[in-house]
Amino acid sequence: MAEIVVETTNLTKKYDGFTAVDGLNLHIEEGEIFGFLGPNGAGKTTTLLMLLGLTEPTSGTAQVCGHNPTREPLKVKRLVGYLPEKVGFYEDLTARQNLRYTAELNHLPGREAEEKITDLLTTVGLSKVANQEVRKLSRGMKQRLGIADILVKEPKLAFFDEPTSGIDPEGIGDILNIIAKMAKRGITVIFCSHQLPQVQKICTRVGILAKGRFVAEGPLDRLGRQTLGGGRYRIEIQVSQPTAKLIEFIKGIKGVIDVTVSPESLLVTCDTDLRSQIARTIVDAGGSLLGMKIEEYSLEKIYKKYFRED
Amino acid sequence: MYAVFRKELADHFNSRRFMILFLLALLAAVFAIYVAIQNIRSVVTADTEFIFLKIFTTSGETLPSFLFFISLFIAIIGIALGFDAISSERVSGNLSRLLSQPIYRDAVINGKFLAGLTVLGIIVASLVAIVSGLGLRTIGVPPNSEEVLRLIVFVLISIIYGAFWMALSVLFSVFFNRAATSMLASIGLWIFFAFFMSMIAGAIANARVPIDTNSSLEMITQNVQIAGAIGRISPATLYGEATAALLVPELGSLNPAMMLISTYIAGRMLTPLPFSQSLLLVWPQLVSVVALAAICFAVSYIKFMREEIRSI
Repeated sequence: MAEIVVETTNLTKKYDGFTAVDGLNLHIEEGEIFGFLGPNGAGKTTTLLMLLGLTEPTSGTAQVCGHNPTREPLKVKRLVGYLPEKVGFYEDLTARQNLRYTAELNHLPGREAEEKITDLLTTVGLSKVANQEVRKLSRGMKQRLGIADILVKEPKLAFFDEPTSGIDPEGIGDILNIIAKMAKRGITVIFCSHQLPQVQKICTRVGILAKGRFVAEGPLDRLGRQTLGGGRYRIEIQVSQPTAKLIEFIKGIKGVIDVTVSPESLLVTCDTDLRSQIARTIVDAGGSLLGMKIEEYSLEKIYKKYFRED
Repeated sequence: MYAVFRKELADHFNSRRFMILFLLALLAAVFAIYVAIQNIRSVVTADTEFIFLKIFTTSGETLPSFLFFISLFIAIIGIALGFDAISSERVSGNLSRLLSQPIYRDAVINGKFLAGLTVLGIIVASLVAIVSGLGLRTIGVPPNSEEVLRLIVFVLISIIYGAFWMALSVLFSVFFNRAATSMLASIGLWIFFAFFMSMIAGAIANARVPIDTNSSLEMITQNVQIAGAIGRISPATLYGEATAALLVPELGSLNPAMMLISTYIAGRMLTPLPFSQSLLLVWPQLVSVVALAAICFAVSYIKFMREEIRSI
């Protein structure tokens, strides 16, 4: 079982009468990319700030990499990188100087830091502007510099708060790629966003937050099935001749609930993922299978469904 | 904290703000020294003991002395070094990034304050050194050891006075998000203390104990006492008194009534006080300015430490 990186129990934050985060139970394992979704003001950033020890929870506890962020903020901050939504750098300093400052604050020895900074600037594609003042960099570049800034301290866990807002599509692609690469290197990522397609692209698990509470949480496909498919799988099959006999055969497979026929395809509803059994049945029955695909649930639909119910 | 301190110091030295302030202060100092040298002959007599100190305190008929200039500039430099210390970090989005690094939160404010203090010290010390050098060359009278001591204490008091204004402007920068608001508040308070306080003190004293040309000495003394006491609320007055006692050793007392009486009875007191006595004289002033600076810093420290970083 993977190591638990973030765990909260009934984490609550109240700001003079207003509850920003309401009894949140979060559980994130090592190596995950957790998509933290929700409308503005749902409590995403507040949760991150509590996990970093920058804000004290009103009640409930949090454990980050085995430390309590309120009691041992320095230990947590040594292991966690945070890219705030409105990230800023010292505009008069160059990209390299900004990273050097972060390295100093993290007590990295000079020469090692220089090498690492050079590497990181290459990783995020900023080596050409390394010695330019930050004021001359574009927004996308600054955001990538922010990622490099997080990586300087070699974190175990990284928080991204809306890393792609206000950036052109190409820039977004770059940023998502870098984040996906980070996860491959074993860094656990919490990704706050309302750019649903992006979350869908890279996140292994999502949690949807509304008014400080989770309304849904889990891997994307499961979430989709629960909300949209009534907890069932829907498989679309294309065969050369959808004969009545073939349909009977498919209906006979254990676990298949219903088969609907349309001119182009058959739509099979079932309890579990029965693709291999269905394929075998069709071939055994002498039919020719042209295509088969399991229905994917777009995060957008899932998300909208939750917020329509409100 | 050392990293923050070093970065802030480097920032100060690279900033245009520092260059402008230093040049301005330097110009003013050189100008004041020129005035002093022009007029020094008229204030020095055969038995003047501390000729070198006169460079700093001699003014022209209409032109002010170095002491006057530096009392203005130190406050301005102090304010300029602190008014956006915290707010600029917050507005630029650096603060949350900075605070998510493994440093204690007070390292940020301490490092900034110490860096400002260092810059202030360098400015004041170099100004006094430059002026001393110029004075030494032109009047050709070297300072005696007591004068050197007095100047060193003068530099220290000036740094502390500057530190007060810096602490005050840092305080405003913690409370106000906009640098302009924080600067205006600091400058406003400075103008009030430096220029209006004495007027208000005089007005209150006159209301309590009205005096005219026929008033008895007792009445006049009382009036001056009240005005002096109220005036001392202002750190600018405290600094003025402290530096006067240090650089004008002939000043026998800082009690306004005593000063008044001495001019009535004996004309100017010409016997200079020994250094230890002058130091004793300025001790309360010195402690008050230190205390004021400490209070300002403590309030900004507490406010900054307890402040919650919120998502906006």
